[in-house]
Amino acid sequence: MFTHVPNYPQIEKIETGIIGFDLISSGGLPKGRTTLVSGTAGSAKTLFAVQFLAEGIQRSGDAGIFVTFEEEPADIRRNVKSLGWDIEAWEAEGKWLFVDASPDPVQDQVESGRYDLGALLARIEYAVAKIGATRLSMDSLGAIFAQFRDAAIVRSELFRIAYVLRQLKVTSIMTSERTQEYGEIGRFGVEEFVADNVLILRNVLEDEKRRRTMEILKYRGTSHQKGEFPFTIVSGRGILAIPLSAMELNQKSSIVRISSGNDDLDRMCGGGFFRDSIILASGATGTGKTLITTEFLKGGAKHGERCLLFAFEESREQLFRNAEGWGIDFEAMETAGLLKVVCAYPESASLEDHLIEMKDIIEHYKPNRIAVDSLSAMERVATPKGFREFVISLTSFIKHQEVAGLFTSTTPTLMGGTSVTETHISTLTDSIILLRYVETNGSMRRGLTVLKMRGSIHDKDILEFNIDGTGMHLGEPFHHITGILAGNPRDVSFG
Amino acid sequence: MGASVDTNTSYLLKLFVAGDSSRTGLAVANLRHICEDEFPGCYELVIIDVLRHPGIAEENKILAAPTLIKERPLPVRRIIGDLSDKEKVLTGIGLLPPQR
Repeated sequence: MFTHVPNYPQIEKIETGIIGFDLISSGGLPKGRTTLVSGTAGSAKTLFAVQFLAEGIQRSGDAGIFVTFEEEPADIRRNVKSLGWDIEAWEAEGKWLFVDASPDPVQDQVESGRYDLGALLARIEYAVAKIGATRLSMDSLGAIFAQFRDAAIVRSELFRIAYVLRQLKVTSIMTSERTQEYGEIGRFGVEEFVADNVLILRNVLEDEKRRRTMEILKYRGTSHQKGEFPFTIVSGRGILAIPLSAMELNQKSSIVRISSGNDDLDRMCGGGFFRDSIILASGATGTGKTLITTEFLKGGAKHGERCLLFAFEESREQLFRNAEGWGIDFEAMETAGLLKVVCAYPESASLEDHLIEMKDIIEHYKPNRIAVDSLSAMERVATPKGFREFVISLTSFIKHQEVAGLFTSTTPTLMGGTSVTETHISTLTDSIILLRYVETNGSMRRGLTVLKMRGSIHDKDILEFNIDGTGMHLGEPFHHITGILAGNPRDVSFG
Repeated sequence: MGASVDTNTSYLLKLFVAGDSSRTGLAVANLRHICEDEFPGCYELVIIDVLRHPGIAEENKILAAPTLIKERPLPVRRIIGDLSDKEKVLTGIGLLPPQR
């Protein structure tokens, strides 16, 4: 990839420790600079500000100052406890210091004549020197503007604070609220001039679903990833961004073949799937997708591979019973430590949360092959855009692990048809297997074809198959029948 | 509280300033004039430089300079600015009823 690199002096960055953000920002926040973090109410601005300091303390022992213009320190301490951050302990260690600039709820303040915010600046400088802070968060600008009548004074004082922080080599964040998700950067129309860099946090309601994203709008003199990146908030970890275009496509391609678990299918694929390939099995309900998945897992366990199944449609009991019906003993595989079955309802969490959990499980279990049955069930809980990002992100993650992944996708129509999943994933997959109903002479038969097999020759026939107590058996091609894939089979045996 | 001054009341006034600037000088002069005019002989004035004593500024949650805090008599009141608008200072201290 070629990127135009402008001839700026190199700006050093510090890693925030906020997973994903450091990738999007190509290395973190510009060192010694002030970055504006702007977002609507509930967009996790305060959390970002707290986490910036928390990660600094936990990762590298960087001391941090939290300047609060809005919430009282006691409230902040309490609010972030659930995320596993013990601010009180850090205060005791001299790693965290509050500058409490929250408004006094009782005392009214009268203005008489000219003033500046020299006292605030003195307190900030004092706090930075006291614990040797290198990170600082200010939350939020709207609340300090609200405390004074003259916005011009506040603005010029914020400039002065940003300037002094730069002299002190303190990397800082200022949060600011916006009234709309798309529109001017801040409520006062001046915030972006205070900071060199602007990060926007969004919490958009799209088709009845909440979607959180972050976008770097401006990163003066330094590179970053462009566009909106979804993120989620995980208890115990805070903000997790999911950068997908930031991921590199550098996975190796293996020529090692692995068994699909079905000898007939292996033959059709020219000797099995590739070890680090992504396979999509698509078909209407009841065409045998779960069977292909089950055999895929059996094929792995048979060779001592660790197999992981994410099931989004059927319960554990159902899956185990299904497998038994095809002569496959999931329980024995599990006991041998070669199978892990994770069942979840798509509706139980947001797509971003599912993705994070799946990645966690994959990282911990370290499987040799992964099956998702079905991927298309996830369409129900996401917007088309969110779903596409989910699929791309999951696919690239699995490819990075260099293991085989089998995804199933349910087509919405019984005969033929494609699904949204297919559209999104077809270019990312290495192999596509189509399962179709074929109606002939008043009976329903089933057919399978390998549509694509990247890097290998494969059988291009549409084969009829049967299912019995020992699994799937591929038979003869459907001669004399056309239009199967289009969902419109016609008998052409008589010309 | 009315416009009349109770000469028995002793006032405790704390003025927070940032360094030895012209604004500091103006605020101190303005405040001295007001005190001498309104309650001569029964006030105590403490001037605190936040640049020298940022810890005290922290304890008192001072943001603006200058900031005047009237600690006695209660209730505690806060006035920010160089105190050039005497009427506002007196209103802020509670010597004048709030303007209609």
